[in-house]
Amino acid sequence: MSKRKILMSFAAICMLSTAAMAQGPKAGGVINAVIQPEPPSLMMGLVQNGPTQMVAGNIYEGLLRYSPKLEPLPGLAESWSVSEDGKVYTFKLVKGVTWHDGKPFTSADVLFSIEFLKQTHARARGNLVQLEKVEAPDESTVVFTLKQPFGPFMGIFEVGSLPMIPKHIYEGTDFKTNPANNTPVGTGPFMFKEWQKGSFIRLVKNPSYHVKGKPNLDEIYWHVIPDAAARSVAYETGKVDVLPGGSVENFDVPRLSKLKNTCVTGAGWEFFSPHSWLWLNNRSGPTANKKFRQALMFAIDRNMAKDVVWNGLGKIATGPSGSAIKYYTSAVPKYDYDPAKAKALLKEAGYKGEKVRMLPLPYGETWQRWAEMVRQNLQDVGINVEMIATDVPGWNQKVSEWDYDIAFTYLYQYGDPALGVGRNYVSSQIAKGSPFNNVEGYSNPEIDKLFADGAVAFPDAAREEIYAKAQKILVEDVPVAWMLELQFPTITRCSVKNLITTGIGVNDGFRDAWIEK
Amino acid sequence: MISFIAQRIAKAIVVLLALVVMNFFLIRMAPGDPAVVMAGEAGAGDQLFIAQLREKFGLDKPLPVQLFLYVKGIVGLDLGFSFRQQMPVSKLILDRLPATLLLTGTAFAISLAFGILFGALAARFAGTWADTAITVAALIFYATPLFWVALMAILLFSVALDWLPSFGYETVGAGYTGLAHVLDVAAHLILPATTIGLFFMATYARMTRASMLEVGRLDFVKTARAKGLSDSLIQRRHVLRNALLPVVTLAGLQAGTLVGGAVLTETVFAWPGIGRLMYEALLQRDYNLLLGVFVVCSAMVLAFNLITDLVYRSVDPRIEFAS
Repeated sequence: MSKRKILMSFAAICMLSTAAMAQGPKAGGVINAVIQPEPPSLMMGLVQNGPTQMVAGNIYEGLLRYSPKLEPLPGLAESWSVSEDGKVYTFKLVKGVTWHDGKPFTSADVLFSIEFLKQTHARARGNLVQLEKVEAPDESTVVFTLKQPFGPFMGIFEVGSLPMIPKHIYEGTDFKTNPANNTPVGTGPFMFKEWQKGSFIRLVKNPSYHVKGKPNLDEIYWHVIPDAAARSVAYETGKVDVLPGGSVENFDVPRLSKLKNTCVTGAGWEFFSPHSWLWLNNRSGPTANKKFRQALMFAIDRNMAKDVVWNGLGKIATGPSGSAIKYYTSAVPKYDYDPAKAKALLKEAGYKGEKVRMLPLPYGETWQRWAEMVRQNLQDVGINVEMIATDVPGWNQKVSEWDYDIAFTYLYQYGDPALGVGRNYVSSQIAKGSPFNNVEGYSNPEIDKLFADGAVAFPDAAREEIYAKAQKILVEDVPVAWMLELQFPTITRCSVKNLITTGIGVNDGFRDAWIEK
Repeated sequence: MISFIAQRIAKAIVVLLALVVMNFFLIRMAPGDPAVVMAGEAGAGDQLFIAQLREKFGLDKPLPVQLFLYVKGIVGLDLGFSFRQQMPVSKLILDRLPATLLLTGTAFAISLAFGILFGALAARFAGTWADTAITVAALIFYATPLFWVALMAILLFSVALDWLPSFGYETVGAGYTGLAHVLDVAAHLILPATTIGLFFMATYARMTRASMLEVGRLDFVKTARAKGLSDSLIQRRHVLRNALLPVVTLAGLQAGTLVGGAVLTETVFAWPGIGRLMYEALLQRDYNLLLGVFVVCSAMVLAFNLITDLVYRSVDPRIEFAS
């Protein structure tokens, strides 16, 4: 190699490395984000509201994180192994992790967290039914033993589903009234600093965070702004830099995304896959008739709703599973918009114009308009719809008391049909008084068996076959009318980098985020 | 006078207790309870979860027992505990009260001062273009919904001109102290206070104008004029003073609503006040908190009624304290 060449390649390396440096994360800076509504508490072990998870995902951590493809990534556990029979899971914890108060995080905290969450966390309780025992052979090893193989087990360790709780603070106390609930202590990249109720929540960098060089940011302010229009204005006037999904009404999204230096992404919802549908009362009234329910599917113009109400965001739902979660299949009966077919089916069903009560979801303008659109669709084929106005508690009560005919809703799916899909269709989940189980009252022994088998079938290929069958049956039966796989756009300044890196999106915390100066 | 005040306070306490009992039942008549709301927000909730919450909120006890416990607390000046927010209700309310009083107090002062001024001017120049301008402006501000005025004000002064902040009580994270902090809060205060102020200002202006025109026609004003007093002196001392009585009545009624009356404005401007606290407590069926705000608001209304009566007397010495 000639001198000249060497020099040139040296120069090239220099250029490359400066270019890399210009791209690389920068330390420092503050992010102002919006949180809506104000969380009731940040103690994630006790409260699992959406806003609580969004803010507290920075404070607490789970054993695992998940990629946008829902593959497990290291979190507080750095590695893991599964026994051949799918019953024993061994996790190696990251060494040298400390809680925000300086105490070490060990396997004892993991054992304690499991016990804690079994008492307080409805979803964790459900996820852990197959757990026979959990042991800690040493400070940094945790071994979970299951009663039988449980397919989705590797998917239950996300921070919102199984947050790690500090044993030294909660052991032997009344969890619900522990004063520490107001000053949450976790292992996460940011520490709780200040909460001016009604105004803002302030988090600051955890200087001894266990991932070297993270987090990049110094502080996060979560602003509480109750009015949707005011939230848009706060972004427009530069007072906030991040509008997490659902912060502004959907009709404001196109306008905001045209602003200078503004980036919009629908990523970060893969794990939750919010799936929207109409709960149809399968017990009584016209909706108890399968033909009537199928007619609804043909009568509703979901494409138009997607384009007009949701500004083209999201996807038409084809059945009970979202396309991002495991074992989804599109090989199911199709229901394209076809009012003529709907009318024919209504005739077959013997529908005589009985009144049908419809409950919109009282979550703001977007949902209200969507309900109006569906009402129009249904009236067009001759269905007599009565809209019932409620506020959120009223909606919850009516739905959980089964006092409705058609009700809008959306549920998270948590990446696996055994975690977030089956609960809406199996008969064991029919229980009055709760708004998020099998509210529609669909009961089919074949489906019950398929979901029961699917959860514990081993290996994964066996599960795939089972869930494909279940999806086919459900789509034929239409226990609920599936609408859209929702996408809540996250709007940020383009200078905010790396905000969303995993399938949990903003809820996974801002540990990788940095600001380009 | 002392016995008058004592009597009024005793009556007020009885009224307050009656209100507490009535509110207690009214709130529980609304569908849904805090446990259902929290389960709904968590997106999951088995029976055990909801039962645990009900127990925590004390909702598992029979209604009369709940009422008894609540009234017992109130009598002991204990407003109870907000389980949702994990804080005593009194602390939540006291934290928010100053912001609300600052907002509505400022709005009240602005509206009263400018309302009476514009009303007096309109009466003084009745029939001229100035009167027409004031009357029309008052009518417009009276008829326009508050939240719309608020949004328009934000669009003009925050978005288009960038003169004033659009939300909040202070610049978060700026760490201002002393005078800088006062100015910062004042800048945040201008838009919401003016928004509320404009509405009330309109009513005061209309009331003052009508009342002054009426008093101006009375005999004692003619007498004053016949005595040769200057016109401005007659307007100030004879007409305005007498014309203020109905305005004081109105102001007294509105002062009572100052605490709870700013829900919309506080929401649009993200002002951390008690109106929002009440509204959110209602949406979350946070019974103790909502009742607590009601109690404080009712106590305020009763207090302002008493103050109004006292002010009456100083404005018009002919009014005496009946015992």
